[in-house]
Amino acid sequence: MTATATAGHIPPGHRMRRPCFRAPSIIPGFGLTFGLSLTWLCLIVLIPLSAVFIKTAGMGWDHFSSVALSERAIAAYRLSFGASLGAAFINAVFGLMIAWILVRYDFVGKRVVNALVDLPFALPTAVAGIAFTSLYADNGWIGQYLEPLGIKVAFTQFGVVITLVFIGLPFVVRSVEPVLADIGKDVEEASASLGATRAQTFRRVILPAILPALLTGFALAFARGVGEYGSVIFIAGNMPYETEIAPLLIITQLEQYDYAGATAIATVMLIASFSLLLLINLLQAWSRRRTVD
Amino acid sequence: MRNGATSESRLARATIMTLGLGFLGLFLVMPLLVVFAQALASGIGAYADAVLEPDALAAMKLTLTVAAISVPLNIAFGVAAAWAITKFDFPGKSILITFIDLPFSVSPVVSGLIYVLLFGAQGWLGPWLAEHDVQIIFAVPGIVLATVFVTFPFVARELIPLMAEQGRDDEEAALSLGASGWQAFWHATLPNIRWGLLYGVLLCNARAMGEFGAVSVVSGHIRGETNTMPLHVEILYNEYNFVAAFAVASLLALLALVTLVLKSFLEWRYDYHGKGTGH
Repeated sequence: MTATATAGHIPPGHRMRRPCFRAPSIIPGFGLTFGLSLTWLCLIVLIPLSAVFIKTAGMGWDHFSSVALSERAIAAYRLSFGASLGAAFINAVFGLMIAWILVRYDFVGKRVVNALVDLPFALPTAVAGIAFTSLYADNGWIGQYLEPLGIKVAFTQFGVVITLVFIGLPFVVRSVEPVLADIGKDVEEASASLGATRAQTFRRVILPAILPALLTGFALAFARGVGEYGSVIFIAGNMPYETEIAPLLIITQLEQYDYAGATAIATVMLIASFSLLLLINLLQAWSRRRTVD
Repeated sequence: MRNGATSESRLARATIMTLGLGFLGLFLVMPLLVVFAQALASGIGAYADAVLEPDALAAMKLTLTVAAISVPLNIAFGVAAAWAITKFDFPGKSILITFIDLPFSVSPVVSGLIYVLLFGAQGWLGPWLAEHDVQIIFAVPGIVLATVFVTFPFVARELIPLMAEQGRDDEEAALSLGASGWQAFWHATLPNIRWGLLYGVLLCNARAMGEFGAVSVVSGHIRGETNTMPLHVEILYNEYNFVAAFAVASLLALLALVTLVLKSFLEWRYDYHGKGTGH
């Protein structure tokens, strides 16, 4: 890293030292910016994250499995992953529909709708949490109409799904939108002129083209939902085995000063997150290849 | 006008519009409206009392302080990382980008937990910190650290695609005309990236002020001291003080709305599309 050499073609007065592992350039500041980024990245992200794995490694398998794979923990993972999966499916359908509306249709207030789609990115999760709880409580704006039908949303697993739909929606819309906008009208015209109905064109021409982007959005929404905490804890009843999500279980362990237990569950969640991240990167690479073709 | 073959029938179009916009109304508009309705349920007087109460003011002050520290740190990091990544070629670049994005895929609760493991009373550095009378966890430094972690990628991921697209010609031209590195940055790079930078800062700030999970783990929930606005909302809500909870929440909702308006303005006025995905 510290080995230096002088590049031959730099203008006089710009004597530069550069680490040997990068390609030569006349632009200065590599050492400063690269060093700063790497140091900051290690201090804030990498070292703290590695603490979780190191602490878990010191636990021993029996202790680890007794906490991280306990019945209560498994129930919490099942809820976190299951609800996120359900919410991601709902978002895939309606997110595609909303992306379609934004790309294909012109209507009054389109700009407002477009801005509003990003609300879940901007609205603090705790605010979303209490808002949804208020809406779906027995006497809430929506809950009062569901109650006579025997549908309970607040303090049930269904409530968890509802808030995760809110959290994940922009991921699908924003993943699909640019790809949908890029599809040339010519392929649709070709399809129509060959006698395809509009539904056939959608299923055979448009859907395959946007599939990688749709899957990326689905995976992003799913990954976000699995780790979500702030918006869910208000509407979930937080009953162990039933409406307790995995991140809440970590908090519960911490409140009992069981740091090892909290860390063990965090390890499971981190491994899940990193696997999803890998999957998302692969999907995005696939999506980019599709777009370039 | 679209011709009939490449657009839907009137009926299909009406159905899609109704379903899509109905969904948005149900999932985005209603929650927003209910926040303001509940906040004003007992009149403007109760609203003002809740917002101007000393603990609420302390929470606002802390939230602003935390954002004022963590956002500039992320700007400095984001610009430095984007400069290193886009102006130079070196091996391992894509791994570096993946690492920068890492905090987005970590659960907020885990983001708080990692600092408890490092700096908490039973953490690696806990005994040393206690000996030197430094408190990080259950104090403001811990809140800042957790906030920096969750907002870590915002500025960098906005700048990297933008600066990669702009290439190196402007900087190289400035340098060959005799500018110093700093001059090239201030006069060539910064004017090119300012709207993208602003866009990243906007999103970074919204998340910094609104973060709940990560901050909740490290805060200790001491009223008037380590309570940020989102945590204050939770405490009030759990005390069944709904009017006050929604009053403070309405301020955060306003912040979100202002963020969205500014973001749309940037996209519209400067034709700047976020996430590096130009149409």
